Amino acid sequence: MSYSEKCRETYVTEIQGIQEAGIFKEERYIHAPQSADIVVEFPPGAPLKKVINMCANNYLGLSSHPEVIKAAHAGLDCRGYGMSSVRFICGTQDIHRKLESRLTEFLGTEDTLLFPSCMDANAGVFEALLTDKDVMIADRLVHASIVDGMRLCKAMPDTYKHSDMGHLEEKLQEHQDKRFRMVITDGVFSMDGDLAKLDEIVALAEKYDAMVLVDDSHASGFIGKTGRGTHEHCGVVGRIDVITTTLGKALGGASGGCVSGRRELVEICRQRARPYLFSNTVAPVIVAGALKVLELISETTERRDKLEWNTKYWRGLLKDAGFDVKEGESPIVPVMLYNAKLAQDVARGLYVEGIYAVGFFFPVVPKGAARIRTQLSAAHNKEHLDKAIEAFIKVGTKHNILGKGKKEIIEMYGM
Amino acid sequence: MDDIKKAVLDYVRKEYLEEDDDRELTETTPLISGGIVDSFSMVSLKRFLEKKYAIQIPDAEASPEAFDTVNNIVALVDRFRKA
Repeated sequence: MSYSEKCRETYVTEIQGIQEAGIFKEERYIHAPQSADIVVEFPPGAPLKKVINMCANNYLGLSSHPEVIKAAHAGLDCRGYGMSSVRFICGTQDIHRKLESRLTEFLGTEDTLLFPSCMDANAGVFEALLTDKDVMIADRLVHASIVDGMRLCKAMPDTYKHSDMGHLEEKLQEHQDKRFRMVITDGVFSMDGDLAKLDEIVALAEKYDAMVLVDDSHASGFIGKTGRGTHEHCGVVGRIDVITTTLGKALGGASGGCVSGRRELVEICRQRARPYLFSNTVAPVIVAGALKVLELISETTERRDKLEWNTKYWRGLLKDAGFDVKEGESPIVPVMLYNAKLAQDVARGLYVEGIYAVGFFFPVVPKGAARIRTQLSAAHNKEHLDKAIEAFIKVGTKHNILGKGKKEIIEMYGM
Repeated sequence: MDDIKKAVLDYVRKEYLEEDDDRELTETTPLISGGIVDSFSMVSLKRFLEKKYAIQIPDAEASPEAFDTVNNIVALVDRFRKA
């Protein structure tokens, strides 16, 4: 037998270690479509419970929108269930190309290439575009998928302190001996919810002859006046060389991702990016749903406007209640708790009160920076948020964290 | 050796710690295993050492263990200076 007792014991011990460290993740089973109100089974076998969801990437509330579902059904009927192929063999339908064109228009770029996910887009883009003669200069808080993609690439990796433009400039100066330089950042940072200073990054990149890649997964659809993304918010549409983003968050929430940007860079990805070459094409049902999402959000900004209102309201409620909240403008609102066990206890307490939010701790966030990451949706109404803050205040009071800052919370609970 | 220690400590503080980070950094503080320097940042640290001390550190020697403390780094630099 290849799976020996020694193997098994090693992994059993490792799992026990995760449990003892208090960082074991448990899934909760949702018995409903994704929405602000959901029905959850937790722990397994427990009676179903109605809760308010405060932790989905369903920013525009389109994950279960009837028109998106109807369009997806039509896609199944017209173009089938699966293509059983990678794109370049026999996996490209007319609707794939149509979606790529719509994304190009929406993002204000020259061309777009679909991937099975943005994780795949990030895994493939660096290796396809850069060689060992080049350098990748990434913000230190970029998403894990970018870290993985950089590891697959032979270009030299380097990093700059989070959002520190002075440090970025030093790095750009240092690497003038390389063939190409690529600055890499998230548009909206997934754990802290802050926005990249894209206008300053683009200015530096132009000054020091560097390309810019932005992962805008937590921005596409709702950041910027018409929801095009962080580049619209920062006034640099058309000046970002590569945008990667996902269809799995605001843009429908199913799956799929893309690389979008300069025509030649996208074409090289089409020719060489390994996840594109070796992974199955995006299913027709997903493409059809995503096309409808883009149509809906191009017609009106009412969803992103509602999300903006919800965000300001929720941030205000949390601050007035005395929670330690990271500053920002995005609908990612981290409630800082610092201690991993505290974050888990607060999450459990919130669940009892009918609020579904999850504790984030190492390795998802740095040690000592545990939090509850709340996320707003256009599907939330004022009543949802009023109920949520009641629950947060009740649980926060129980744990004596209201009105306390980092130092005091760490003194009470440790790092 | 003390000069190298100070130079490396100063570089690590400037390169990897934020201005408001009041963590104590000594020659035995775990840099990699303590999460201060990640694997990508190790590359820039290696480059700094090679440039400053005119040495070549083979990739095989640039392990997380070799870079985990300032003391370890100083020992590595000293070894390749003498080589």
